[in-house]
Amino acid sequence: MSPETIVHADPRAAANVPPPLLAVDGLSLEFRTRSGVVRALEDVSLSLQKGELLGVVGESGSGKSVFAYAMLGISDAAAKITRGTAVFDGMDLLGATERELREIRGREVSMIFQSPRTSLNPIRKVGHQIEDVLRRHAAVRGQDLRERAIDCLKRVRIPDPARRYEAYPFELSGGMCQRILIALALACQPSLLIADEPTTGLDVTTQAAIMDLIVELAHERQMATLLITHDLAMAAQYCDRIAVMHAGHVVEVGPAQVVLHQPQHPYTARLIASTPHTADSIAAMQPIPGSLPDLRAAKLPPCRYSARCEYRTERCDTEALPVVPIDATHSVRCWRAAA
Amino acid sequence: MKLILKRLLLALPNLVGVIVVTFVLTRALPGDPAAYFAGAAATPEAVAQVRTQLGLDRPMFEQFLSYVSDLAKGDWGVSLATGQSVISELKGRLPASLELTLFGLVLAVSVAVPLGVLAATRPNSAWDHGVRALTTAGVSLPTFFTGLLLVYVFYYKLGWAPSPSGRIDAFVSSPPTVTGFYIIDSLIAGDFTALWASIKQLILPAGTLALFVLAPLARMTRASMLGVLSSDFIRTARASGLTPMTVLYTYALRNALLPVLTTLGMVFSFLLGSNVLVEKVFAWPGIGSFAIESLVASDYAPVQGFVLSMALLYVLLNLLIDLAYTWLDPRIALEG
Amino acid sequence: MDMKHFKYVLKENPVTGFAFVLFGLFVLLAIFGPLIAPFDPLDSNAGEPLTPPSAQNWFGTDSFGRDIFSRVIIATRLDFGIALSAVLISFIIGSSIGCAAGFWGGWLDRVSSRVADTIMAFPLFVLAMGIVAALGNTVGNVIYATAIINLPFYMRVARAEANVRRNAGFIEAARLAGNHDVRILAVHIFPNILPPMMVQVSLNMGWAILNAAGLSFIGLGVRPPEAEWGIMVAEGATYIISGEWWVALFPGAVLMLAVFCFNLMGDGLRDLIDPRRRT
Repeated sequence: MSPETIVHADPRAAANVPPPLLAVDGLSLEFRTRSGVVRALEDVSLSLQKGELLGVVGESGSGKSVFAYAMLGISDAAAKITRGTAVFDGMDLLGATERELREIRGREVSMIFQSPRTSLNPIRKVGHQIEDVLRRHAAVRGQDLRERAIDCLKRVRIPDPARRYEAYPFELSGGMCQRILIALALACQPSLLIADEPTTGLDVTTQAAIMDLIVELAHERQMATLLITHDLAMAAQYCDRIAVMHAGHVVEVGPAQVVLHQPQHPYTARLIASTPHTADSIAAMQPIPGSLPDLRAAKLPPCRYSARCEYRTERCDTEALPVVPIDATHSVRCWRAAA
Repeated sequence: MKLILKRLLLALPNLVGVIVVTFVLTRALPGDPAAYFAGAAATPEAVAQVRTQLGLDRPMFEQFLSYVSDLAKGDWGVSLATGQSVISELKGRLPASLELTLFGLVLAVSVAVPLGVLAATRPNSAWDHGVRALTTAGVSLPTFFTGLLLVYVFYYKLGWAPSPSGRIDAFVSSPPTVTGFYIIDSLIAGDFTALWASIKQLILPAGTLALFVLAPLARMTRASMLGVLSSDFIRTARASGLTPMTVLYTYALRNALLPVLTTLGMVFSFLLGSNVLVEKVFAWPGIGSFAIESLVASDYAPVQGFVLSMALLYVLLNLLIDLAYTWLDPRIALEG
Repeated sequence: MDMKHFKYVLKENPVTGFAFVLFGLFVLLAIFGPLIAPFDPLDSNAGEPLTPPSAQNWFGTDSFGRDIFSRVIIATRLDFGIALSAVLISFIIGSSIGCAAGFWGGWLDRVSSRVADTIMAFPLFVLAMGIVAALGNTVGNVIYATAIINLPFYMRVARAEANVRRNAGFIEAARLAGNHDVRILAVHIFPNILPPMMVQVSLNMGWAILNAAGLSFIGLGVRPPEAEWGIMVAEGATYIISGEWWVALFPGAVLMLAVFCFNLMGDGLRDLIDPRRRT
C-alpha cells in the first residue's frame, strides 16, 4: 500500500484547509553501522497544522527521536534517508543543503531536549548562550542583545531574569535549565517546536510546570509543537493529536482522546494498559510482552509488531501492510482493522 | 582571591617536598662532602674544619634549617668553575632557557591543537590515522637526536638555518637587556635586525622541543574534542542553527581545552627535561647547558642549584596552570 | 583475554603485530649481538676513520675508525639491560607499595601518595640528573634514578586498581574462606592488576630507554668508549655540522625505532585489554 493513502484519507486536503506546516510522507531512514544496516524508520507519514500539538509516542528505540533529528537535519553521520519527503512551510527539508537548514534551525524550527542540564554549554553564561542564537538569527546587536536575552528569560517565567542571565548551568536546577532551553529555542519565534522528552529526568511537579509552560507558549504564539514522549497519558493530556510509533513504523494516528479511549492498534492498547495513569492498581498494569525486534534483521516482517502481537495471523508476516482509515482523522496500520 | 590563596596553599606541600629532596641530594654527594669541598690535597684537620664550617657535624634537622635559610637568603653556593655565586649564574641564564621553552611550547600548542581538532572532527579518516601515527612517532623521538637531524638538514644541507651556536648571530649585537628575552628586548629597542637574528636562532631548538611535546598535546586534544563533540550541548548548539565555526570554537573547543590544560603540567615536565638536551645540542647558553658543563667539571653546587631552580620553576608553572583552570572553568569556583 | 579477541585486535591494527615482531628482533639482537656483529665494538681498525657507509662498514665508521654497525648492535644489550632493570625495579617496588596502599589505605596510603606527589613535583629528567649527580656517575645509579622517576606511575596505577577491587565480590569471598590479607593481595589482587600494569611497563620501557640514552648523551652513566646509543649520538654530534651524518644517524635511528616499538606495543596492549580506552 502506498503512503499516499493517508494523504487521500485526509479530508482537509479537499475541504480547503490550508496546507500543513509540516508534511512528512513515506520517510524511511537507516543507519549504516559496522554491525549491519539498522532500518530505524520505515514509511513514516505525519502532518502537522499551524499551531497544532502532535504527540509522538513510543517505547525507547521506536524511532521517535530519530524522526525528530531527521526533521532538523542533525542526524548522526551514519544515518541515510532512503525514501520519502518532508516539506516544512513550502521548503523541502530532506533536499535542503546544510547551509539552508542552518538558516531555519533555531529560527523556524527549534528543538528542546531531555536532560536539560547537560544540554547547555557548561562553561558559558546562559544569557550568552541565548545571545548566540539571537546574534545568529535576529539582526540584534550590542546592548539590545542583552535586553532581548533577558526578555526571552522573562517570557519563560523565570524569576529575576537579569540575575539568571549571568548564571552558569551548573548553578541552576534541572527545571530552571529546561526553562532556559525553552527560552533559547523560542528566542527567534519559531513556528515549529520539537520537544524531545522535555520532562524526562525532572521531578513530577516540575514536569507539570514545564509541560504547562510549553503548551501555554505554543497557544500564545500559534506555534506548532511536536511532543516526543514515551508517556501516552501525558501526550493525551496535552496534545491535539497522537501518533504512536513502534519499531520505526507509525502504527496509529488520531485525535488524542480517540486514540486514548478507542485504540485500534493492539500495540496502542497495550501501551495504554501499561501506563500507570490509566491503571487502577499496580496489579492492573500490564507490561507489553516481548521486546522491539532487531532492526538489523535482513528480513523484517511487514508488521514489526507481529512477534509480540496476540492477534497475529499468517498474513501479518507475509503481506505488505495497509494503512487503514478508521474515520476522517483516525488511521491505523494493522490487518486486523482492515478485516 | 580566596581561591588563589587556596591554590597557593595546595602548592605548598610540593614546595616543601622539593626542598627536602634537594637537601637530601646535597647530603648524598659521593663520598664525604667535607672532603670534597676541602679539596683533594686537604689534610684531615682541614677536612674537619670544612666539616664544622659547613655544619655537617650538627644534627640533620639543624642542617636542614640552615639549608632552608641559606636558600631563602639567596646563598645557593659558589660555582667552582666560574667563581661566581650559583644564584647569579642561574639568574643570568634563566631567561635564555625560559625563552626557548616558552617558544617551544607556543609552537607545539599552535600545531597540536589544530591537529587534534582535525583528527577529532574526522574520526577514522586519513587525517585521524595520520595524526595518530605522528603522535606515536613524536613521543618516540629522542630530542637530542631530532635536534641533530634538524641541524643537519636545515643548516648543513639546505643552509636555511644559522649555525647551532647560541641565541643570536655572532655578528649581530644582542639587544639591551630589559627582560632577558631577546625577542621582547629587541622589540622594546626597536632593533629588527636583532629580532630577526634571534628568531632565526630560536626556530630549530624550539622546533625540536615542540616536536617532542606535540604528541601528548595533540592526543589529548583529539580525545577531549571527541568527547565534547558527542555531548548534549553541542547537539543543542547545532539544533539552534549556530554556524559550524561557533559550534566548533565557542562551544566545543573551549570545553575541550580544559582537560588539555591539565595535561600541560606533564608537558612542562617533558619540556623542562628535554630542554637540557636541546640546549646542549644547540650550544644554547641557558641553565641546562650550564648544569651539564658543571657536571662534566664535577662542580656540584651549580648542579644542585639547577635541579632546585628547575623544580621551583615547575612548581610555579603548575600553580599557574591551576590558576588558569580556576579562571577558565566557572564550575571550580563553586567547589572552592 | 582470548585468542579470538587477540586476533581481532591484530587484524584491526596490524601495526601492533609489526611492533611485536620488531620487539622480537631487538631481543634477539640483545642476546646474540656479539655473535652477529662483524667487528669488535672497540676495535679502532675496522676501517678508515669517518668513512661513510660501505659494503665493509654498513653504517660507516666513527672518528676512531670503529665500525658503527657493530657498535649499534652491541649497544642493544646495554640499553635494553638498563631500561629493563630500571623498569623491573620500579614495577616491583611501585606495584607492591601501590597495591598495599590501595588495599589497606590509612597512613601507608597517605605517605606513599605524598612520596609519589613529591617525585612528580620535579621535571622528571631533571630529577634523574640530580640523583645521578648526587649518587655518583655510574651505570647502576642511572638505573636507580630511572627507576625512581618511574615509580609514581606504577604506584598510582596499582593503587587505583587495588582500591577498586578491594570490595569486589570475589575478594569478599576469599576473605570469608579464611584467607588473610597478605595472601588475598598476592593471590587475588596482584594477578588481576597485571594487565593494566603490563601496558604501563611497555610504555615505560620506551621512556626508560629514552631517559637512559638522554643521561648518557649529557655525560652521565655509561662512559666512552663503551658502545651505547646515547653516547654514540653524542659522539656523532660534532660531526653533524661538518656533514658526517652517519656517525649520529644510525645509533639515533635505532634508538628511535626501539622506543617507537615499545610505544606501539603499549598502545596495542591497551587496545587488547580495554578497547574503549583507545585514544
